[in-house]
Amino acid sequence: MIAYIVRRLLYAMPILIGVNLLTFVLFFVVNTPDDIARSQLGDRRVTVQAIDTWKRSHGYHKPMIYNGNAQGFGKLTDTVFFQKSLRLFAFDFGRSDSGRDIGYDIGQRMWPSLAIAVPTLVVGILVNITFGLLIAFFRGTYIDFWGVVTCVILLSVSSLFYIIGGQYLLSKLFHLVPISGYDTGVNAFKFLLLPVVVGVVSGIGSGTRWYRTLFLEEIGKDYVRTARAKGLSEQRVLFRHVLRNALIPLLTGIVVVLPLLFMGSLIVESFFGVPGLGSYTIDGIQRQDFAIVRSMVFLGSVLYIIGLLLTDISYTLVDPRVRLQ
Amino acid sequence: MHRLAVLLFCVSFSPASLGLWNNPYPDSQTNENILYSSFSERPKHLDPVRSYSAGEYAFIAQIYEPPLQYHYLRRPYTLVPLTAVNMPRVTYIGADGSRLPHDTPVIDIAFSDYEIQIQPGIRYQPHPALAKNVQDQFLYHSLSTEQVNQVHELSDFKETGARELVAADYAYQIKRMANPRLHSPIAGVMAQYIVGFAELGEQIETALSELEDGVFLDLRQFRLAGVSVVDRYTYQIRIRGKYPQFLYWQAMPFFAPIPWEVERFYAQPGLKEKNITLDWYPIGTGPFMLTENNPNLRMVMARNPNFHGEHYPVAGEEADHSKGLLADKRKPMPFVDRAVYSLEKESIPRWNKFLQGFYDNSGIASDSFDQAIQFNPQGEAALTAEMSDRGIRLSTAVATSIYYMGFNYLHPVLGGNGERARKLRQAISIAVDFEEFISIFRNGRGVAAQGPIPPGIFGHHPGQSGINPYVYDWVDGRPQRKPLGIAKKLLREAGYPDGIDNRTGKSLVLHFEAIGAGPDEKARLNWIRKQFKKLGIQLIVRATDYNRFREKMLKGKSEIFLWGWNADYPDPENFLFLLYGPNSKAKKNGENASNYTNPEFDRLFEQIKNMENNAKRKRLLDQMVTIARRDAPWMWGFHPKDFSLYHTWVRNTKPNLMANNTLKYVHIDPKLRTTRRQDWNQPTLWPLGLIGGLLGISIIPAIISFRRREKSTAL
Repeated sequence: MIAYIVRRLLYAMPILIGVNLLTFVLFFVVNTPDDIARSQLGDRRVTVQAIDTWKRSHGYHKPMIYNGNAQGFGKLTDTVFFQKSLRLFAFDFGRSDSGRDIGYDIGQRMWPSLAIAVPTLVVGILVNITFGLLIAFFRGTYIDFWGVVTCVILLSVSSLFYIIGGQYLLSKLFHLVPISGYDTGVNAFKFLLLPVVVGVVSGIGSGTRWYRTLFLEEIGKDYVRTARAKGLSEQRVLFRHVLRNALIPLLTGIVVVLPLLFMGSLIVESFFGVPGLGSYTIDGIQRQDFAIVRSMVFLGSVLYIIGLLLTDISYTLVDPRVRLQ
Repeated sequence: MHRLAVLLFCVSFSPASLGLWNNPYPDSQTNENILYSSFSERPKHLDPVRSYSAGEYAFIAQIYEPPLQYHYLRRPYTLVPLTAVNMPRVTYIGADGSRLPHDTPVIDIAFSDYEIQIQPGIRYQPHPALAKNVQDQFLYHSLSTEQVNQVHELSDFKETGARELVAADYAYQIKRMANPRLHSPIAGVMAQYIVGFAELGEQIETALSELEDGVFLDLRQFRLAGVSVVDRYTYQIRIRGKYPQFLYWQAMPFFAPIPWEVERFYAQPGLKEKNITLDWYPIGTGPFMLTENNPNLRMVMARNPNFHGEHYPVAGEEADHSKGLLADKRKPMPFVDRAVYSLEKESIPRWNKFLQGFYDNSGIASDSFDQAIQFNPQGEAALTAEMSDRGIRLSTAVATSIYYMGFNYLHPVLGGNGERARKLRQAISIAVDFEEFISIFRNGRGVAAQGPIPPGIFGHHPGQSGINPYVYDWVDGRPQRKPLGIAKKLLREAGYPDGIDNRTGKSLVLHFEAIGAGPDEKARLNWIRKQFKKLGIQLIVRATDYNRFREKMLKGKSEIFLWGWNADYPDPENFLFLLYGPNSKAKKNGENASNYTNPEFDRLFEQIKNMENNAKRKRLLDQMVTIARRDAPWMWGFHPKDFSLYHTWVRNTKPNLMANNTLKYVHIDPKLRTTRRQDWNQPTLWPLGLIGGLLGISIIPAIISFRRREKSTAL
């Protein structure tokens, strides 16, 4: 298993370099170093000299990917890409173009993201599995039919609608929770309720349908028929046998997103005024802050790779037949 | 887990929380003298040497004190001393070093000396950089790695200190402006004026290149020829030539004092990695200090215990008495103890929190405009009944800004001072109906511009004498856009009858450089296209992002574009320089985006730019505006009108578009606010019961069905 993990981690290196290169190219197709300098210095009264000074002090004065004037390895290393990207592999995110330490900011901002994402995921899974099992149990009945119809309706609605609707109903109309904001410690609870409720409700449609499909697939298998033939109650069949055997596809969906919980939600954080990593990424894009965009894309890629690796490992835990070689 | 959730729920929603479940602030703050407001974008910089945006000034202008400020109530905008004892004493110097009388012609003035004397006894806010031990040594200027490791925020330093503000601190900040590594946006402008500024920048750059990154460079050891400290409380700035607008710069945070000790403190290794820098933790002498600095969530300012004291103005405009703006005259400021600014990126939550009483003031976004504002038959804006019932007050002011549609003077068809191009520009200027634009796209929040100078700025003429005669007639006591027939006639005279070029026989095709082409922009772009179509001109929209747009402007590749300018200071020079030939954006990277050039206009500009406001200057300004109107390098566009809403418990709110340090004037009635919040935010609980009931009812058939199934037999 260890050899497998090491091999997977080594495979990740070219993937991460590729992601970095792609981010770099895409970003600089849209923004030149002059654009970045101007967005940092402002539009008013900025001289060419000030732009040059800014670029020099932030390392954007070098050639982008290939330095024809340098010697030897310098042709590749004395470039913006190499200088800015290499340190990411040591998780040294450096400073944002506006001067703040990115690693420090990520450390500060991942907690609010987690504070929303973890309860949303946990409660969401519980609710979706419950509904999924319920509908699977009543397969072929009017509950199944109307359950699926409701799910389709729910998943057809934009997440933005859930956010605005939730804010309107629960906060503006009924005054039950604050519309937006965030706080630390116990005080965070009242700010988290609405985004978590919105997150769970907006995910019920797709989640329940997916789990229903998983459970129905399992219900049709021979071992379920055998269990029923043995006279087990439907509860035992569903919770003991069906749920346990449906764990592999369940894990595929859950474990892979676990690391990404750190990254936060772009829209939810923006609407609810939560200072998480989602809004940090949006800020970076809007401000054309390449250092932040690069760091967040890199972090997202690393976490995604870790998620996939964890998924593979979790297979071996829930299904002894699976061996990683 | 379950118990913990119940506990959290009880803590958050206990009856002790005054029944306001949706209150985003701690209950302990109820009835406290705190102003609650919001900001939509996190500030980039809080260092006065770099900050240059309204969002950043909202914070630092309450903390830093330059020598001058704008009078809060008086109009036109007037400079008055802030930390200075009097207005600066200006002396003109000839090329031979002799003192010159004040009426000396500008051409004979080689230098101007500004001598500024500050008040003694002003002290900085408490700050760890100024903390000393009993041996008079700085406590935190030689931090060990262990000490740095224990620190996460500035407030983690237990001890603070303060000291008296001295003239040398102002001189130090001007030197900081010259530091190229600090990227001051006005360094280029100041290098043109302050003697020795550019040279100092080079010296600092050389010195820094020999030092490791982040090592403290004590700017006191450098000499800036144009800045001298006369005595403990007096300093002098020498600038080249005569530049009366220099006084306005003295009211901006760029010229606020910075003690050298603070730079020394922040330069210590390890602090920058924790974002503990002068760029994020300001230190000033102003009425407030930043006590919570979380630009991702909340910025909190509290009274500076060392504030030197200031009193509310005793006089203002005539109407200020009746509006209650002088009720607090002579009273000591500031009036609020704290100000809490929450980051609110989206307009909908911001607006709703204002309506719930959790923000004391608000702007008006387009989505909520109709809910807040209605126009009476005379076209005047007023609050809707819903707003009036809540006691909300509306405050409007025409901004000292202009949004214009420019023609590129370098373009072969549209540009130049030839008669053909001029008439074409004049015809288009009549056809593009900015009154309609303001009505459709800005909810009436704007005033059609008659020239480059906005209302409230010296040189602006209200009424009939101020209309642009090339575009407007004066009809029934108001300007009325000339009929389209006049525009068509001009177009014909220009050689484009009905939009057909009489030289080629082809339709005249022009291009508009648009920034963005999303759904919001589409209607606007269609409207612009239709305005040109009225003359038979085909307008092709070239949509792009802001970066490409800016690049086109820099290269002079545009044809027609929409852009704007906010005043740095209330002087016509700050607008007319946008049309000054040598400021051409394409040729000189200046701010003249249309690359307009007219030798007569440029000659007059060189005269007015260094003059004090007097009758002669006004006459010259009139001449310049007349030339510009005739040449029509811009369609003059509009001056935006700012709409602000205030709750009834907020007092002393007069729009002052030049002053940024207005927080100290604001007066709050916290008790009234608490009462209103209670009235407006009682929780409605029946929906919770309803949801529970519905869930219960819907689950009953499932339970029945489940039981039936469990009991049923296979056969």
